[in-house]
Amino acid sequence: MAARVLVPKQARRGAVIEIRVVVQHVMETGYRLDAFGRAIPKNVINTLTARYNGEEIFRAEMGSGIAANPYLQFYTVATESGEIVFDWVDDAGERGSERAAIAVID
Amino acid sequence: MSFIGVHRRSSAVIAFLLAALAASAAERQRPQPLKSGIEFASADIRAQQSDDFANPGMLWVERGAKLWQEPAGRDGRSCASCHGEAQQSMRGAATRYPLYDSAGQRLLNLEGRILQCREERQQAAPLARESEALLSLSAFVAHQSRGMPVRVSIDGPAREHFERGREFYHRRVGQLNLSCAQCHQDNWGKKLGPETISQGHGNAYPVYRLEWQTVGSLHRRFRTCLSGVRAEMLPYGSAEYLGLELYLAWRAQGLAIEVPGVRR
Repeated sequence: MAARVLVPKQARRGAVIEIRVVVQHVMETGYRLDAFGRAIPKNVINTLTARYNGEEIFRAEMGSGIAANPYLQFYTVATESGEIVFDWVDDAGERGSERAAIAVID
Repeated sequence: MSFIGVHRRSSAVIAFLLAALAASAAERQRPQPLKSGIEFASADIRAQQSDDFANPGMLWVERGAKLWQEPAGRDGRSCASCHGEAQQSMRGAATRYPLYDSAGQRLLNLEGRILQCREERQQAAPLARESEALLSLSAFVAHQSRGMPVRVSIDGPAREHFERGREFYHRRVGQLNLSCAQCHQDNWGKKLGPETISQGHGNAYPVYRLEWQTVGSLHRRFRTCLSGVRAEMLPYGSAEYLGLELYLAWRAQGLAIEVPGVRR
């Protein structure tokens, strides 16, 4: 699963930073039928989390109502230099991960 | 004697008038002023297209960049093995497509050229039209021309394809009995339900279309339009669609490439 994350490379301690993530995924709703009239099973990224130096700072639980290739944007406070790790899993059990480093300056 | 002189002069006048008529006919076939489809889109979609991170089409472009480096075929050569860095070698390439390939004696669009390269040069397994891999590659290659104006050639052997495309564009088709021109030439800017009718240019393709929830080629858009007027949908890469693509590119001459575009 291709994904892109955007985390500022550098931020001042205590600053509010914007984080963006987009994951390539069909987000199959479970409501559609294929060409033969058979139901296409639901398969969406049901959970996406972001951990900042191990601590969970963001969690999204998604369902059928979320469009394909979900784009998420959220904010956090830059506390320490380190790494933000993004993990997600879909209904088929396929997992994906992406990470980004951040340097906090005083 | 003077009769012949008059005749000559009048035929010169007629020839001049015909040329002027043809020129104005050409002008009538090109919308004035030229407006890209993005100008008819909502503010949200314009923002999504112009922000390279929010633009979902960039996922395909990035995948295409990876595929560009990936060895394939008998000798394990990648696109990069011959073409090097696409940022240089492919700059402006998309502005010239579709173009007539004299070796193969056929009209190729960008997808067709990638398929040909893959088959004949790399000797790799062919990619299916509209497959994720082909869309990613064509989006990546076309992206290298972003901001550059469309400038295709309709001279020489391309002319025949161009005329075929022009004929297709003006032919009424389907149960609704509509031609492309009736909406996109004669009535652009007006409303069709909640939609503003665009001029129907292909300069942003392959495009991420929200309705599709994915990236699709211009030929997929043709199929969508034809299905909309209840006409027969032709196969991807068909001669009619290639001709139409050339006609559209001629009509869009001067508009900047926007790949990857975002449309509703």
